[in-house]
Amino acid sequence: MMLRATFRAEWTKLWTLPGTIWQLLSIAVLTGLVDVGVAATVHCPCEQDVPKTVLTGVLLGQAAAAIVAVVFVSNEYSTGLVQLTLTAMPRRWLVLVAKAAIVTGLVLAAAAAGVAGSMIAARLMIPSLSLDDGAVLRAAGGSVLYLGLVALLALGAATMIRDTAVAIGAALGLLYLFPMLAALATDPHWQRRLEQIGPMPAGLAIQATQQLKSLPIGPWPGLGVLAAWAFGSLMLGLLLFEWRDA
Amino acid sequence: MIDVLRAEWTKFRSVRGWVLGAVAVVLLTVLVGLIGRSECSYPGPDGRDTACTLPLGPDGTAVTDSFYFVHQPLTGDGAITAHVASLTGELHAHGDTTPQTVPWAKAGVMIKETTSQGSSYAAVLVTGGHGVRMQHDFTGDTAGSATGRWLRLERKGKNITGYEGSDGSHWTPLGTVTLHGSPTTVQIGLFVTSPPYTEIKKESLGGVIATGGATVSTGTFDNVSRNGPWNGTSVTSAADGIPSDAVGYTEQNGTFVVRGTGDIAPVVPGGPSAGATITQTLTGTFAGLIGVIVLATLFITAEYRRGLIRLTFTASPHRGRVLVAKALVIGAVTFVGGLIAAGIAVPIGKKILKDNGNFVLPVSMLTEIRVIVGTAALLAVSAVLALGIAATVRRSASAVTAVIVAIVLPYLIALAPVLPLGVSQWLLRLTPAAAFSIQQSIQAYPQVANEYAPYNGYFPLPPLGGFAVLCLYAVAALGLAVVLVRRRDA
Repeated sequence: MMLRATFRAEWTKLWTLPGTIWQLLSIAVLTGLVDVGVAATVHCPCEQDVPKTVLTGVLLGQAAAAIVAVVFVSNEYSTGLVQLTLTAMPRRWLVLVAKAAIVTGLVLAAAAAGVAGSMIAARLMIPSLSLDDGAVLRAAGGSVLYLGLVALLALGAATMIRDTAVAIGAALGLLYLFPMLAALATDPHWQRRLEQIGPMPAGLAIQATQQLKSLPIGPWPGLGVLAAWAFGSLMLGLLLFEWRDA
Repeated sequence: MIDVLRAEWTKFRSVRGWVLGAVAVVLLTVLVGLIGRSECSYPGPDGRDTACTLPLGPDGTAVTDSFYFVHQPLTGDGAITAHVASLTGELHAHGDTTPQTVPWAKAGVMIKETTSQGSSYAAVLVTGGHGVRMQHDFTGDTAGSATGRWLRLERKGKNITGYEGSDGSHWTPLGTVTLHGSPTTVQIGLFVTSPPYTEIKKESLGGVIATGGATVSTGTFDNVSRNGPWNGTSVTSAADGIPSDAVGYTEQNGTFVVRGTGDIAPVVPGGPSAGATITQTLTGTFAGLIGVIVLATLFITAEYRRGLIRLTFTASPHRGRVLVAKALVIGAVTFVGGLIAAGIAVPIGKKILKDNGNFVLPVSMLTEIRVIVGTAALLAVSAVLALGIAATVRRSASAVTAVIVAIVLPYLIALAPVLPLGVSQWLLRLTPAAAFSIQQSIQAYPQVANEYAPYNGYFPLPPLGGFAVLCLYAVAALGLAVVLVRRRDA
């Protein structure tokens, strides 16, 4: 009973936030638009990893996924609604679990729509791209999971930080900084290490379909690294949520 | 206006979190820039590590100066004429030899101060694919005809004039130069060199693999106007990794066959030999930039959230002025912070690079100042852009994300060579990320074969041009914000 009530409450809160629909739509639309735009630059016969290239839109879509998750939490703090929430639902962990489940579900649905749309569009533009190939399906499905995990990572960050601007800055900074440093690092060992531990470069290993052995980290272990970041961020958020005064 | 400025400054400095945020921006910019600095070790054309020092040209530019020189001393005035009968080359890679002449293989006549690397020179030469050129002191390059084969260099007093001809008697001057320091005795003779070839393989997100190898070219000269004795010198450093028996010269009945390898050119990052750049000490700019964007956004959205904005607009009814004052305050604060950060990061980063044995490509004082002040200006104008967007959308999350995505993402995508070069370059022309060109400290030379791409540190726009793109975005965002803030209810 408590569980259902908590979920319903969180669902209502998310759904009645003014931006939610637009943010979810923008996950799908931004990912899809960039994907299709990038697919237009691919001319085959081609040497590059086509599925990975086409899925570049995830780089932009993840920003929208992070916004949904951050605002869902931080908005309660900026309006003071959180005090009412915790009075009604004293089990704080349950509130966070409900928030996490709802936001992940919605982001996954939006991401699936965006990725599926762009893969179908890319297939029409690039005849040599095969959609029933195992690696291609893994890249596409993994990209959807990637966006879901990014939302969880951002949710944890927002629970820790509580301020919208700082939380979204921290989440996006964490995501974009590792690949940026890796690209600019001059030491190949450091470069590899940064690509292994960074949530974004490691997580995006899931999109690779070629030369898997030469990757700094394999597709599934890479997604695992992102999952570990997301889990760690949520756990830290939960700890602070339980300990701190709201 | 002064009152409004003072009010905004008081608001900024009295929020402890914001002042700490500004300090954090400085720390982030400096510290993140220190991550991942390598020890010098880069593979030469043969796969072995090459040494990490580079010769310097007469004007202080780092240069590659390796070739085979058949020379004799010349004191006072004199000239040399030669006909290049042929120039052919071969690629050496993985133990195989493939016949192919690289476009910038060079065979010609040269007057050089001494046979040591980096000394001043003037040369007229035939190239593998770019016709006749007159080159001097590594950076000077004048194109001649596409098909000329007769070359002449003449020294009169201090002046050295290069000519090309269609036969041995009609000459077209290409240019006149003087050697650095005007030495009385110089080396005059024939030379051949042949730059390594590279093949760029593109990898996903963040990796370019350049494979390649050394090339050796053979130039055949006849109708040489000077008589012996000749000395053959392989001008090279041990680091070039070229088998010594691959180069040399033979002479038979006035026909010289010269085999050489290397290049005579300024060093360009991404090319076969590299060095560190001062731009690499500023990778922390990204971390600082994200902090600046958050700070500038909060500077306006916090007022809306707390309702302070109504008081502000009651006290100073010129709403446009309030926004401009905010832009000036946040711009000035981030400019000073950026200046401190870059002013620390560049010298410390340079020292660390050097201590690790890296060769830091020398740049002029003016370039270094432009890079440091430019970094501060980049942060300041980004702050104004963020302020403008935040005042327009009035939502922290959208504003912060929009600005981060607009500035950081295009650069990230351009750095990762997944897109065709042209697309990457347009991204860095049209988006606010163009402003990172103000940190470029290296120059592109048309006469040096290299991939002049964003991931090698080359921006499509000149430093100030790219910065102007960001300024346009910032002015547009602030203008839109002023219009909207005047019209809307607070």
